[in-house]
Amino acid sequence: MLILDQLINALQLGSIYALVALGYSMVYGIIKLLNFAHGDVIMVGGYIAIFSLAAGHHPALAFFLIVFGCTLLAVVMEKLAYTPLRTAPRISVLITAIGISILLQNLAQFFFEARPLPLHIPLPTGSINIAGTTLAYTMIITIMASVLSMLALNFVVSRTRLGKAMRAVSEDGEAAQLMGINVNNVVTFTFAVGAALAGIGAILYFVRFPVVTPTVGAMLGLKAFIAAVLGGIGSIPGAMFGGFAIGILEVLVTAAGFSRWTDGAVFLVLIIVLLVRPTGLMGRKIVEKV
Amino acid sequence: MLNVKNMNVYYGNIYAIKDVSFDVNEGEIVTLIGSNGAGKSTILKTISGLLRSKTGSIAFLGETIENSASHAIVKRGLAHVPEGRRVFLQMSVQENLEMGHYTQPRITMNERIEDVYERFPRLKERYKQRAGTLSGGEQQMLAMGRALMSRPKLLMLDEPSMGLAPLLVDQIFEIIKELASLGVTILLVEQNAQMALSLANRGYVLETGKITLTDSAKNLLENDAVRRAYLGG
Repeated sequence: MLILDQLINALQLGSIYALVALGYSMVYGIIKLLNFAHGDVIMVGGYIAIFSLAAGHHPALAFFLIVFGCTLLAVVMEKLAYTPLRTAPRISVLITAIGISILLQNLAQFFFEARPLPLHIPLPTGSINIAGTTLAYTMIITIMASVLSMLALNFVVSRTRLGKAMRAVSEDGEAAQLMGINVNNVVTFTFAVGAALAGIGAILYFVRFPVVTPTVGAMLGLKAFIAAVLGGIGSIPGAMFGGFAIGILEVLVTAAGFSRWTDGAVFLVLIIVLLVRPTGLMGRKIVEKV
Repeated sequence: MLNVKNMNVYYGNIYAIKDVSFDVNEGEIVTLIGSNGAGKSTILKTISGLLRSKTGSIAFLGETIENSASHAIVKRGLAHVPEGRRVFLQMSVQENLEMGHYTQPRITMNERIEDVYERFPRLKERYKQRAGTLSGGEQQMLAMGRALMSRPKLLMLDEPSMGLAPLLVDQIFEIIKELASLGVTILLVEQNAQMALSLANRGYVLETGKITLTDSAKNLLENDAVRRAYLGG
């Protein structure tokens, strides 16, 4: 069945976007920063994958190293570049984020050359047949891994002390400080969680698109950013929804025979959202405080 | 208990607090009164470390806190209920209380939540509701309950009566009195000078960032200048 086929395809792609969009949205929610270096974390995850697999590590260890490496990178980035700018104007922090993105891409090019490197993520191959539709194991694994990650995130945010502190800081940073919450720790934790999700997203992305280049994270990051804006930046359910919506849109446009226009369609969504409903579908209205 | 010496605070180029010094002794209710924009909230924010004074010192329980981070100051036993309540509207009543307990050992949390519910039964009825769905009076109770979760030695209250119906104002002041009788020292900032002075032991009058008058609350209530400026006659 063609429709079911395409739907699963869209869910696979969408779940990857959703995982990456979550990091964007959470960081924005907490310090109002569009972390444009977020996509490049995935690129770094790709190179970690290449080297740890080439070193003959067990796939499970390699996966761990990818997620851990991405998390560590984000924490270092936050501590070195963003913490000193905590009271700086938002535009300075935004420019810093773009700077870090360019820096990471150029460092990757310096160390690993611009040449695309193949990356084979070892997941079970093969497929099963359901109702006349062939489902590759990789698709099922991708969707399940994303859903599990999101459930885990939901648990952290709604049940744990740090997760609740995250929500408190994102709603009212000053009041959170008056509760005795160390905002810097919460911000670092948010970057770490967002990057861990991006690390998982990296693995799943390279399962589908098995090539690593220094700029591989740029377009993925941009699309995840659009997904986050569509869902309402700062909103966790919004980022999940936005990710799936962008995935479905891309697959639809491709299926309709306009595969060259998929990127264009996604950017068109950004333009429309910004014109019609800049707070996104699930975003809260921003009230400027006096 | 709290000693503020030569506090000078600027917002950019605006000179907001001009050489303010005052003390709060253990067991007292002290009030800062003054009109809108006199700098009352700014003083509280500076004490809790959200703003910095250019000069002088702030001591709490004999230790200087003027360079401490806000979260460290809370941990020492100084809680601040900010102006406008600032409860976490998207979080449930109970989660708000949990946040108030952030600096405390986890083991005491449930017991203290029960204590707060005992003091504010309305909050218990609504423990699962989002704080945003509460009325203004209930939000004020939540803001105070949340601050009490850290068992503060000094509680700073910024305009607790703001925007509340008279009956609720009475209720809130009754609670403040009760807390004081339990040994919590209170620094109360109010525009409602009548209420504040009838409750407090001592008061400071603040005008455009300067302390212009200080006396016992009783004397301030009878002071002609204060009556004219803040008590409507």
